[in-house]
Amino acid sequence: MSLSIAARSVAVSLPLAILLAWVLTRRRFLGHTLLDAFVHLPLVLPPVVVGYLLLLLFGTRGPIGSWLQHTFGVELIFTRNGAALATAVMSFPLMVRAMRISLENVDRGLEQAARTLGAGAIDRFATITLPLMLPGVLAGAITAFSAALGEFGAVITFVSNIPGETRTLPLALYTALQTPGGDSTAARLACISFALGLSGLLLSEWFARRVRRLLGR
Amino acid sequence: MLGVAVKKIRGSFSLEAAFELPTPGVVALFGRSGSGKSTLVNIIAGLLHPDAGRVALDDFVLLDTERGIQVPPEKRRIGYVFQDARLFPHLNVAANLAYGERRAPPQRYVSLDTVAGLLDLGGLMNRRTQQLSGGEKQRVAIGRALLSQPKLLLLDEPLASLDSARREEVLPYLELLRDQLAVPMVYVSHQFDEVLRLATYVVLMEAGSVIGQGGIGEMSLNQDLRAIIGADSMGAILDGTVLGVEQSSGLMRVAVGRGELKVQPLPVGAGAKLRVQLLARDLIVATERPQHLSVRNMLAGVITSVTGDDAESDLVAIDIGGPKIMARVTRAAVRELSLAPGLPVWALVKAVSLRSHSFAAPGATSIARPSA
Repeated sequence: MSLSIAARSVAVSLPLAILLAWVLTRRRFLGHTLLDAFVHLPLVLPPVVVGYLLLLLFGTRGPIGSWLQHTFGVELIFTRNGAALATAVMSFPLMVRAMRISLENVDRGLEQAARTLGAGAIDRFATITLPLMLPGVLAGAITAFSAALGEFGAVITFVSNIPGETRTLPLALYTALQTPGGDSTAARLACISFALGLSGLLLSEWFARRVRRLLGR
Repeated sequence: MLGVAVKKIRGSFSLEAAFELPTPGVVALFGRSGSGKSTLVNIIAGLLHPDAGRVALDDFVLLDTERGIQVPPEKRRIGYVFQDARLFPHLNVAANLAYGERRAPPQRYVSLDTVAGLLDLGGLMNRRTQQLSGGEKQRVAIGRALLSQPKLLLLDEPLASLDSARREEVLPYLELLRDQLAVPMVYVSHQFDEVLRLATYVVLMEAGSVIGQGGIGEMSLNQDLRAIIGADSMGAILDGTVLGVEQSSGLMRVAVGRGELKVQPLPVGAGAKLRVQLLARDLIVATERPQHLSVRNMLAGVITSVTGDDAESDLVAIDIGGPKIMARVTRAAVRELSLAPGLPVWALVKAVSLRSHSFAAPGATSIARPSA
């Protein structure tokens, strides 16, 4: 369940993170600093505050929440998708950061070369920029996935702790600790957390190495 | 015809250039580092925008700030070979070559086979770009640009990052392209030996301005060129025609102007064009036809001008029946021999000074495929 929430969270935020990373790295515009700060906000805000803000915006009576419900019949609050949204918002800055670093390392001369060879803007991005920033995209996605697995405050505030629906691994762990005699469950959950986190890190390292070799660096 | 008239101010550097270049042919943009050559080609390619101006290739207006026309680089059909090759690191050689070709319009004038043949790329196709030497990288970059079927090929110091051995490895390929394909090229360089091997037309740049332009023969006598390359490297560049090999001496006879030079034989047949350079310091001027000399080469002509070279010597330009040559003569000798425009003279050339400067000239069809 946690895995499915984390996967949804990454899937939703990935394209948006790539776009924002590109905008923040390559464009200079009015409000650039403000947007940059806004993207990084979840890093410095207490997660409970983020959850609360999400409640305000996406709750059944919130401006975006009610619109979503009326137009698409999508309900976010107290649902799995809501949990995915909360984790996505929380892990978003990590993802954007990783991508920006790798995008800054992409040689703009190569994009110019592609341009003189007849490649338009989208073509250039898809065939040159994106493949070259792939290590950062992967690293960002894996870090965000791991962070999504561990998100606690924003999830419990926004979608509560509903067994089978929004009870993610850390929430389950917390519940087990609150329940008398739940020690062994808690220990088991902690072990799973540990294993997931470690394999995430190892996987990310392996990917990064493979891509680097592919790019010949 | 490539017409350029642009202005660009960038901090303390200002570029103002206007010229019309004949196409096809190889135009060399020559000048010191920082004279604005690269800025100019970037404007032609569309990668930089001038403050004002116009760029047109034949009837195709690429830029006209007055009329608000600005064709983006990807639509200009101008190939660009960068100094640092800029091969795509995530693609192998074959995919790099295909990148431009896939995006070119359907009517092609050069095929992958032709390019691979001319640039000897057959054995490199499956290599990763990181496994290529500097010279190989540039050959792939040239091939990639050519396969995008450009109407004009810009080469921005393509050999500058190579050591001299690697340069010698790539230069023959460039000569071959010039002679075998009719793509107009603009070649940026601050190495005069590259210019004299490749160019048909020279634009001389200094501090952001064009200070002279003309055919390579005419420009080789340009006084401003002397300031850049130094007096010792100055000398007439002549495109001669091979007449054949002289049986008695084994030397090759080359017609230049009304005269004839004998040079060490090259593997080219009669009728081939041969470019020779006669350094001004290697020429001796005589007012009477000299006799009993060991010098093999002598050209008769008429003095057209005598200009000061430095404190002790003058440059004497001599018309040899169309093309001109130039000799450096001490001022004392000029006075003693009364060298002045209109005077018929004989110029003596040491055969030795020709040999290392004999290159296949534009239009040559008989030069051998370079082997590398």
